[in-house]
Amino acid sequence: MTTPQNAGPARTPLYDQHVAAGGKMVDFSGWSLPVNYGSQIEEHMAVRRAAGMFDVSHMTIIDVQGADAESFLRHVVANDVAKLDEWGALYGALLNATGGVLDDLIVYFLPTGYRCVVNAATRDKVLAWFAEHAQPGMTFEQRELVMIAVQGPAAIGKLNEVRPGLVPAELKPFQAVQQAQWLVGRTGYTGEDGVEIMLPPTEGVSLWQDLLANGVAPAGLGARDTLRLEAGLNLYGQDLDENTSPLASNIGWTIAWQPEERNFIGRAALEAERGKSPMKLTGLVLADKGILRHGQIVTTTAGDGIITSGTYSPTMACSIALARLPRAASGDCQVEIRGKQKLARIVKPPFVRNGKVLVELK
Amino acid sequence: MSEIPTECKFLASHEWARLEEDGMVTVGISDYAQDALGDVVFVELPETGQQIAAGEEAGVVESVKAASDIYSPVSGSVVSVNTALEDEPEKVNQDPFGEGWFFKIEPDDVGELDELLDGDAYQEVCDEEEH
Repeated sequence: MTTPQNAGPARTPLYDQHVAAGGKMVDFSGWSLPVNYGSQIEEHMAVRRAAGMFDVSHMTIIDVQGADAESFLRHVVANDVAKLDEWGALYGALLNATGGVLDDLIVYFLPTGYRCVVNAATRDKVLAWFAEHAQPGMTFEQRELVMIAVQGPAAIGKLNEVRPGLVPAELKPFQAVQQAQWLVGRTGYTGEDGVEIMLPPTEGVSLWQDLLANGVAPAGLGARDTLRLEAGLNLYGQDLDENTSPLASNIGWTIAWQPEERNFIGRAALEAERGKSPMKLTGLVLADKGILRHGQIVTTTAGDGIITSGTYSPTMACSIALARLPRAASGDCQVEIRGKQKLARIVKPPFVRNGKVLVELK
Repeated sequence: MSEIPTECKFLASHEWARLEEDGMVTVGISDYAQDALGDVVFVELPETGQQIAAGEEAGVVESVKAASDIYSPVSGSVVSVNTALEDEPEKVNQDPFGEGWFFKIEPDDVGELDELLDGDAYQEVCDEEEH
């Protein structure tokens, strides 16, 4: 990472590549990143149909090692890392004492210890949280690596063409493999097949260039957001925050209640709500023209709710959203858009997986 | 650097107006505006026959990122709207001064065009916005 002399957003090691590819650079949580390279809709469809790549080097990589690493993570993460086989990964949440979400993350269990990947915007907060709850027999260290997500039905094929053998055929989803200094995980944020690769910066630049030459489309933050929303995946800061419970955020499945004796932070607060959260996070499809957006009020037959994330779905050619609604809400509802009531339908996410639309449009 | 055709006049809010040979004024949004908006997905156009005053809201252009009101540069009555934008809103991004036009107005007073920004003045507005 290079920081410019005067105060300005930080740059990842791939900054020059983005500019060379026509990236429209914006400030994202203090990082200069491309929102698109010309058309976010084209980049979105490239990922759904073939292969696209994202520079996600701004994300925070924290290695947790030592005899107490497992016990520490079983205390701060609401999912249970003890479930993992070596090389396995899980998705989960860090909760505060009142059961609110501090961040969502992926944890990999490696022979050397654990690797946590948390958000860019929450870096300082999570590192301070780790320091506060650290146990004596463990260390944690933030790593400066390049991280590239290559996603789409053709992604792994394209990667293996430029780096033969990089992604073994037997690598399963939520599993990782070490290739020299690279960690390759079959994970992603798009609802398509693909991998996320963590590697040293100079090798990251050459991998990006080789993938570009092999026809993988650079994809920016705009496409990243429309892809993840179609896939029904949450964005911290929009769908999740410290005042929202995981049980009202469609990630109740990531809470490992068993074993009952595991006293993770936030457990006591969640137990009170278990099975009876008044709200749920679910999906909306707008029947009319227009775009659903964060903060719009939703009126349902079961009471009011609010949109947490909304956008245009290129795959479905209409607007979709995630919304926090009363638990019993279903069927048709009204959304207030720029002063007018518009008709929307409540659907269970995900909207799209592996290129296919899963919800009924009519 | 975005494209700015010499025959267009501009509002600081990034709409352009072009006086055609038949005396009608065509209205659209600039290259700078379409680039800032990103992929356009919906356009709300005025009705033909609608009377609009200069500076009044005449429609909406919606991109994935944001919705933006369109203001009419001149007063008059709407004589036609670009219905092609209903199925192909991306024309606004691809050809903002040509096939991406929004509507045509029969102006009450062509003199109103003199009050608009010329290409150079509009370029300055864009340069200021970038800093």
